Order: sequence, then C-alpha cells, then structure tokens
Amino acid sequence: MILDVRNIQTFYGESQALQGVTLQLDEGETVCILGRNGAGKSTTLKSIMGLTPPRSGEVIFDGKPIHGLPAHKIARAGIGYVPEDRRIFPGLTVRENLDVAAYQRKGSAARWTVDGILDKYEMLGERADQDGATLSGGQQQMLAVARSLMIQPRLLLLDEPNEGLAPVIVQQIGELIDDLSKTTTILFTDQSVQFALKHARRAYILEKGQVVHEAPSDELRRDQATQDRFLSVA
Amino acid sequence: MKTKILMGLLAVVIAGLIAVPWIASYFYIFILTEILILGLFAASFNLIFGYTGMLSFGHAAFFGIGSYATALVLIHLEWPFLACLLVSMGASALLALVIGFLSVRLNEVYFAMLTLAFGMMVFAIAYQWRSVTNGSDGLAGFTLGSFGLGLDLTLGNPAVYYHVVLAIVAIAAVVLYLICRSSFGMILKAIRQNPERVSFAGLNVRTYRLVAFVIAGTFAGLAGGLIAPFLRVASPELLHWSMSAEPVLMAILGGTGYFLGPFVGSAVFVLLETWITSYTESWMLVLGIILAMMVIFFRKGLLGTALDWWTEVKK
Repeated sequence: MILDVRNIQTFYGESQALQGVTLQLDEGETVCILGRNGAGKSTTLKSIMGLTPPRSGEVIFDGKPIHGLPAHKIARAGIGYVPEDRRIFPGLTVRENLDVAAYQRKGSAARWTVDGILDKYEMLGERADQDGATLSGGQQQMLAVARSLMIQPRLLLLDEPNEGLAPVIVQQIGELIDDLSKTTTILFTDQSVQFALKHARRAYILEKGQVVHEAPSDELRRDQATQDRFLSVA
Repeated sequence: MKTKILMGLLAVVIAGLIAVPWIASYFYIFILTEILILGLFAASFNLIFGYTGMLSFGHAAFFGIGSYATALVLIHLEWPFLACLLVSMGASALLALVIGFLSVRLNEVYFAMLTLAFGMMVFAIAYQWRSVTNGSDGLAGFTLGSFGLGLDLTLGNPAVYYHVVLAIVAIAAVVLYLICRSSFGMILKAIRQNPERVSFAGLNVRTYRLVAFVIAGTFAGLAGGLIAPFLRVASPELLHWSMSAEPVLMAILGGTGYFLGPFVGSAVFVLLETWITSYTESWMLVLGIILAMMVIFFRKGLLGTALDWWTEVKK
C-alpha cells in the first residue's frame, strides 16, 4: 500500500468539509474520486497534500505519516500535485516552468527530465521557449501535469484534470493519464463518470465529506442505481 | 535586433557616465553620484519587490545600517574604504537575516507592516543610542583615507569619488542582474506568481524569500556605505521610514518588471526633485501627482512604457 488515508476530518474554519474520509491506494493503481460539487473531492486531495491539514486522522504515505507536514515536504516525499486551477507560471517559458520544478531534484537520477518531457510531448516541445501564458487551456494542463512529474512523484494527485476543457483535449488528457499510470500511482478527482471509469481501475464516491461507496470501475459502470443515487445531477 | 540596439544604447549611456567629470560641472557630478547610489538602493529593493513580490516598507534599515557601519569604521578604525564597504555589507546582511527570519513567514500587508515596524525600531535605536550613533546629529567628521587594493585614489575629490561609485554600482548591478537571471531568480519570479505552486515542486518558499531578503539587504547596505562619505554624515534620516518609501517610489516610477527600471526611477526622482525644488518647496505634491498618474495610466513604469512605445513604433 502506497497511500493510506485513515479517517481524516478537515475543517474550513468552523465548517467541516471532511467527516472522516478513509481510502487506500496500492502501488501502481489508478484510482478516481467521484462525487457532486462540494462533496469534498478537492478537499481530500488538499488534505493529503497538506494545504488544508486534517484536524484529525492520519495520512500514511509509503509507510510514513505525512499529515501535519508543510506542502513542500510532502512534495519532496514523492507526491506530485496538480491543483484544480491548473495554472502555470505566466512570465516563465514552458521550459522554465519545468525547470523551476526540477530544481529540487537537480543531479539525482530521474525518470522524468525536462528534456525528456519536451522530447516526448511534442505539444510542449514545440513551444519550449514560449511564455507559458500563451498556451491554450489544454496545453497549460499538459504543462501543469508535466511540471508535477519533475519532482519524480511516486504518487500523482490530479484535481479535476478535465474541468473546462474541450472534448478533444479531454481525450488527450485521458491518454496522458493512461500513459503515466503505467509507471506511477495516480489518484484523481472528476465529475464525469464516463471519463473516470474509463481511466481508473477503482473509484471512491464521496458525499457530504464521507466515502459512501467504493467499487472497481467495471462494477460501478454496471451499477446504475449507485450512479443515480450519488452522482446524477438531476 | 532589439536587444542589440538596447545593448548599444546601454553602452553609450555607460560611456557617457564615465566621461561626465570631463564635460560637466561638480553640480552634475553630485547629482549623478546620488542617482547611482539611490539607483543601487532601489534595484536591491526591487529584487524582493518586483521579482519576488514582497513589498517591504523597511528597506531603509539596511541602507542606514550600511551608512553607519562605514562611518563608524572610518571614525574608529580608519580602515581603507573598500574594507568599510565590506563591513557595511556584512552588517546589513546580518540585520536582514534577523529581520527577514521574523518577517518572511508573513504575507502581503502583514509582511509590509512587520518590516515597517522593524525599520522604525532600528531608527529608534540609532536616534537614541547617543554614545555610539551621536543621536539626531548623526556621525560626521570622518575622512576617507585610502581606497584599498593598493590603488592610489584621492577619494576626497568629487570626480574621483563619482568614478569609484560608478564602478562599484556597475559591478553590484551586474551581480544583481546575474542573480535575477539565474535559476534562483527564476524561482523568485515563480514565487511572485504563485508561492503555493512553488511548494508543490518541493521547494521551501520561506527559505527562498529569506535568501532574497538577505541579498537585497546586503546590496542596500553597500549603497548605504557609499552614501555616507558622499553626504559626509550618517544620520538617522537615512533610517527613517520615509527613506524606505523612496525605493518603492523609484521602482514603481521606473518599472518594477525591468532590471534597470529602478535606476531609471532613481534618475527621474533625483532630477525632478532638483529641478522642482528650484521653483517651489512643494516637491512632494508634484511627485504625488506624477506617481498617481504612473500607477493609473502607466503601470509598467517609465522604462516599460518607453519600451512598449518603441516596439509599437517599430511595427
């Protein structure tokens, strides 16, 4: 088990966003968190990342407790994070955006390198010296994901990677997730059931800050009743 | 092409600056000396403001400590000038480390207020610790001896002193520029854009902010060390919070997004001050109007606006 989240409770001021979330990921798995708006999907990822530290409960990464650590230490421990806003650093070129994130790991043997990424993903490579702000939304998302790889994560957290992107881009993001899932563990959140179940092996459903359902994707795909109950917008 | 022309322009300006003592009167030499020193002060400030996004209202503390350090060493130890400047840099670096350690953990307005408070504390110490600082009169009556490095320079001669200031400010500016262009400078720019995202890359934002703060303080201390012999006094005014406002104004006036912006700001600031005060006492009123116009209409500062305008014309 690479990630073990045990009964975490997170508050925004006095209001409780997570009412005891428990979830586990095995190394190499791609898992999705589903749920309606405000169910606590983003907060779960933020709590793992230390941005909204849980008030109680534990987050164990690779056998070590990480709850209570500042975000940069959690990143160093090996968790890559792409926030919902997915913004890049405007004013820095595509290459510099990657360089900033690669700085910490300078010198050590790396699976993902700046040049490797720019070679592999033409969309970024062609624009290496362009200001990040000139990229389209989808390209910025690719860059944000690529940037998170620069810390050589053993676990990647993607918060709503598809939000606001055109269908053709969504497909590319899906391909990227499939590609990365061959080599790393991924936990992502999404509102689209189809996308999530296509690319994740397993899914958790959150409602009102709690895990209400957990199932392999194949099973959940056929379970229309659960989908209707927890996920349909109507 | 564009950079070539700009580099050419810069070379002409530097050549002109070197030639000034042979073509201009002492009056202009004094003005230019002040512009260069305050320009370095403002450029050091812009490392934390324009690059890192931290608005400090206590930058005069480092400028002032630098001037007192040089004055004290000249009075009590009579060391060569270069050694005085190194002491100034060391003293302000140390002070910046202490103030920065306590301040960089806070953001925006809290950071601004804390640096302002520390700046006022340093002012109060200089004002009241009479046995060392001579209180409100400040430290005067020191004379410059040798320069150091075995160079035979008559530092008391304003033209010679101007050349020394020009050389030191130029070297300091190049060092600052290289820092801004390095990976470290790139991370500072990223921190200004979004500190949280920088922490996702495993970088400790607080450490980077502190290092930037200390570097900025050190160069402000160097500027302070240069100003004391120029003014022939190190007085509490150099530490006053209104002195902390000057680099803020200069950086905004010239353009915070450009490395040379603060130098342009310093030139405009000093020239306008000299020119307007020859007509009227209310120089601050005029400055206020100009600044308000800059912030409302020309956000990129004089240098930024000029560069934009030039790009437009070329099209």
